[in-house]
Amino acid sequence: MRPAPPPSLPRPSLGYMFDYVIRRVLYVIPIGLGVTILVFALVHMSPGDPLSAVVPPDAPEEMVQDLKKAYGFDRPLPVQYATWLGRVLTGDLGVSVARGREVAAELRIAVPNTFLLAVGGTLLGFTLGALFGGIAGYFQGSWIDKLATSFAITGVSVPHYWLGLVLVIIFSVEMNVLPSFGMGPGGSTAWRWDAEHLRHLVLPVVTLAVIPMGLITRTVRATVAEILNQEFVQALHAKGLLHRQVLWHVVRNAAPTTLAVMGLQLGYLLGGSILVETVFQWPGTGSLLNSAIFERDLPLLQGTILVLAMFFVLLNLLVDIVQSSIDPRMSRQ
Amino acid sequence: MTTAPALDGKPRAAVDAAQVAVRSRGYWATVALRVRDDKVTIVCGIVLLLIILSAVFADLIALADPYKASMLKRLKPIGTPGYPLGADEMGRDMLTRLIYGGRLSLFMGISPIVIAFAIGGSLGLVAGFLGGRVNMLIMRVMDIFYAFPSVLLAVAISGALGAGIGNAIVSLTLVFIPPITRVTESVTTAVRSLDYVEAARASGAGSLTIIRVHILSNVLGPVFIYATSLISVSIILASGLSFLGLGTEPPEPEWGLMLNTLRQSIYVNPWVAALPGAMIFFTSLTFNLLSDGLRSAMDVRL
Repeated sequence: MRPAPPPSLPRPSLGYMFDYVIRRVLYVIPIGLGVTILVFALVHMSPGDPLSAVVPPDAPEEMVQDLKKAYGFDRPLPVQYATWLGRVLTGDLGVSVARGREVAAELRIAVPNTFLLAVGGTLLGFTLGALFGGIAGYFQGSWIDKLATSFAITGVSVPHYWLGLVLVIIFSVEMNVLPSFGMGPGGSTAWRWDAEHLRHLVLPVVTLAVIPMGLITRTVRATVAEILNQEFVQALHAKGLLHRQVLWHVVRNAAPTTLAVMGLQLGYLLGGSILVETVFQWPGTGSLLNSAIFERDLPLLQGTILVLAMFFVLLNLLVDIVQSSIDPRMSRQ
Repeated sequence: MTTAPALDGKPRAAVDAAQVAVRSRGYWATVALRVRDDKVTIVCGIVLLLIILSAVFADLIALADPYKASMLKRLKPIGTPGYPLGADEMGRDMLTRLIYGGRLSLFMGISPIVIAFAIGGSLGLVAGFLGGRVNMLIMRVMDIFYAFPSVLLAVAISGALGAGIGNAIVSLTLVFIPPITRVTESVTTAVRSLDYVEAARASGAGSLTIIRVHILSNVLGPVFIYATSLISVSIILASGLSFLGLGTEPPEPEWGLMLNTLRQSIYVNPWVAALPGAMIFFTSLTFNLLSDGLRSAMDVRL
């Protein structure tokens, strides 16, 4: 017997979906422009001279003026913005003031390392969260539900930079079984799939997984509980479907919301791993941001924030499109 | 009145009387009753009150001077006589510094939410009530802020402005204005189209009267609950900024900064180093549980 499609999912016409996707894609343009303006303004809001990182305080005034001209800091702000935007659009993020290397080159090393942590943390958090949330939602009100729910609220309340430190204390200081910092032996900055690098990955990934785990547990629990109380599930039972088959419908209905939460969490971990990267001295975008801030390296700061924000915007877009294609109810809003 | 049996077999008059009795209890009395039955919320409220009171009255409670360093007492373990929770990397009493640390950590965590509640609430109210172009303008600007993950936005703004308590509060306020505006806007838009608001308008009430009498009373509760749920995130982020060196500066006692400076000592005295983070965790957890309890007591759905 083949399971019938859930009655709550009427398929809208394909044209409607297409319209929605096009509108959603086009909306990325104004948002992207807004993001560039904000990032540009952010850096020009900062106190002090943008050149203070490279120019010694006793440098002759002439040299300062020449440098300002070379970097284009002497022109009016709108002109500076337009020039900067034009270069950014061609992939040129400028040169790091403190390191003397291209910002884009620095990012090509750092972004994959941050990606690795974020994807690992999201996948682990999703697996655990879906498991706990599914069980909790299925056995609503039981002790197992209460356990999973309190686990979830602990997960969203814990400062993850502190959790990372506690894990280091337990597994590196006290038990001495896992490395406490870095990505690989000898300060490696290029990831390799070997045992040493994987050992370095364990603690930061577990640390990052805690927040998505808590959030996904909550979402899945609420969604599963809500679906189980809906009439169509009772109808499926009444039709004589096996338990397993009903469960499939529940999964199918819970998937869109859960995937959306997961996608957004990946974005939050990508842009928000700076604290955890600092704890573990991970060579990713977090450490770039850190040195950019404390060395007042404005091009590096600008470029890193911009790239991370753009990833987040694109990820949001992807989540909306995927969600609307597997759950047609969404695209009607 | 006839006593014709209702569906469940009880006489109808009795059912009516019961309903009237329930309805005559006011909204806040109902909320208070629900809170009274919720042990978790009560315990969290008490714990939180203790944390806040001990931070406020730190001068009276703390036995030692939070700034007094001593080379001889550096990194004493938990349980050392005279140092119940050990001493930090400068030989300062941990218990004292944890009590004092609550002042800045709570202030830096809560004040951004209060300011963002005022600003974001007003923006959302205006956007939701006026609709049209104004709504478009306000909400599209908020969308741009939504393009940043909250940690990144906080770090970016306070990184650009430079370290300092004031700058950290400004950056966190900017992080929390967009979500509060969005929630206020959606609640206001929903309330605005309700029948009784239309009725008030039809009977000649002005915009300000409608906002003050009809909309605020329905919008404030849910938005307040939403804002309290953000406090725990705000405390974690505020201490996180100090942890990165972007908030408080030494030698001020503040939980995030203490965690940062003690980080170097985890191989000497690991568990003393973990204490400030435990304070951040407990405070954030109690705020979260309290907010959840209030939400279900006030029957708010967001």
